[in-house]
Amino acid sequence: MARKVVITGLGATTPIGGDVPTLWANALKGVSGAATLTDEWVEEFQLPVTFAARASNPASETLSRVEMKRMDPSTQFAVVASREAWKDSGIEEVDKDRLSVAFATGIGGVWTLLDAWDTLKAKGPRRVLPMTVPMLMPNGPAAAVSLDLGAKGGAHTPVSACASGTEAMHVGLDLIRSGKADVVMVGGAEAAIHPMPIAAFASMQALSKRNDNPAGASRPYDVDRDGFVMGEGAGALVLEAEEHALARGARIYAELAGSSVTADAHHITAPDPEGLGATRALKAAMFDGRIQPEDVVHVNAHATSTPVGDVPEYTALRAALGDALDDVWVSATKSQMGHLLGASGAVESVLTTLAIYNRTTPVTINLENQDPQIPLKVVTGEPKELREGSIVALNNSFGFGGHNAVVAIRSI
Amino acid sequence: MASNEEILAGLAEIVNEETGLDEADVQLDKSFTEDLDIDSISMMTIVVNAEEKFDVKIPDEEVKNLKTVGDAVSFIVSAQG
Repeated sequence: MARKVVITGLGATTPIGGDVPTLWANALKGVSGAATLTDEWVEEFQLPVTFAARASNPASETLSRVEMKRMDPSTQFAVVASREAWKDSGIEEVDKDRLSVAFATGIGGVWTLLDAWDTLKAKGPRRVLPMTVPMLMPNGPAAAVSLDLGAKGGAHTPVSACASGTEAMHVGLDLIRSGKADVVMVGGAEAAIHPMPIAAFASMQALSKRNDNPAGASRPYDVDRDGFVMGEGAGALVLEAEEHALARGARIYAELAGSSVTADAHHITAPDPEGLGATRALKAAMFDGRIQPEDVVHVNAHATSTPVGDVPEYTALRAALGDALDDVWVSATKSQMGHLLGASGAVESVLTTLAIYNRTTPVTINLENQDPQIPLKVVTGEPKELREGSIVALNNSFGFGGHNAVVAIRSI
Repeated sequence: MASNEEILAGLAEIVNEETGLDEADVQLDKSFTEDLDIDSISMMTIVVNAEEKFDVKIPDEEVKNLKTVGDAVSFIVSAQG
């Protein structure tokens, strides 16, 4: 029998809350983190998209000036979320050789990379600072979290675009089950609200262009959805072998019961129209956790609000859950905080864990006319109570490249 | 042309900006590595920022000779000469 893995600590910094209590309160209330960008580069480059969902609290509220200077913004968010999760776990003593990190990012230190390029062009090579490489490398967040915690059991960086954060959960689960670690800090971080990524995502028609109504722009499942809204931030979770958590009398939020990662091998950006890769990921995660469709009461959907992305996810959920899907409450939380790219799966895993722990769901905003092709039971208006007994929630994340990652979280 | 005192004050500002150390701790007899605990990456950042601030060139091979704050001040004064 494989070791059971539980979730004992949560941390987040997001567009709708700089810590987990604020994030959770807002996720139940239904607020939007999107707003018009006031940066001069919006005007300078005449960007086709002029809004995004910025982190509600700057990292400088938590980190020192020197820490800020030595970390890319993505790493700053990672350290903020990881410190909150670690404190929340209440762990006081741990064998650091058995403490691992799996901290994801989709894009990495894009601000550092492009700032250094601008400096090189304007001032020459001498002015490209020596911290540039450690700040831009995609493993920067994982490395900084490992340094911050003194975690010596290996620091991993899953990179699978917008599936990265959920893949980090998958990696953490495997590390503990296989006996390689007792505790893993998992998470995802992203800070890409920069004119170049905005231009690039807009160029592929992935972003909403609802410039006159940022708060109403992210509208998963709505017939008038026209793309996602860029978000930023980080989510972090402390995964722990159950016996390790019980031995120290830890507060346990939920069990990380199963996970799966699959690849579509269909197209570099377009999802498989029949959602076959996503279906296999859902079924495999459920098999991994010995979960029946009837056990599932809630799904935190990937649901980015793009015209082409939201339908295949429904097809996959129907294929994996069958008629049981009709009793499942689905939340599309990107409607509130936008799309945190490589951090989204981690932040949404935090929300999914809290949904199971509190037996109540976050809400979906901006759903006015539900797409008839997506007949899901979507949580709108008020949060929904989840039933008593053993229950399971699924968190889906899909990324460019055909990456599908699913985690299953069960009540304890 | 900056005076020795001005260069020391400017260096202290750069060191504070990079490491968070109190400017008052940056004194002529202090060793960058042993007293101020400045690593090689921070040292290079300080050197590059000092070059810009004082409009001098500090060659890479010279950096290893700048053991104390006083060494750096003297080098910058002569480089300005």
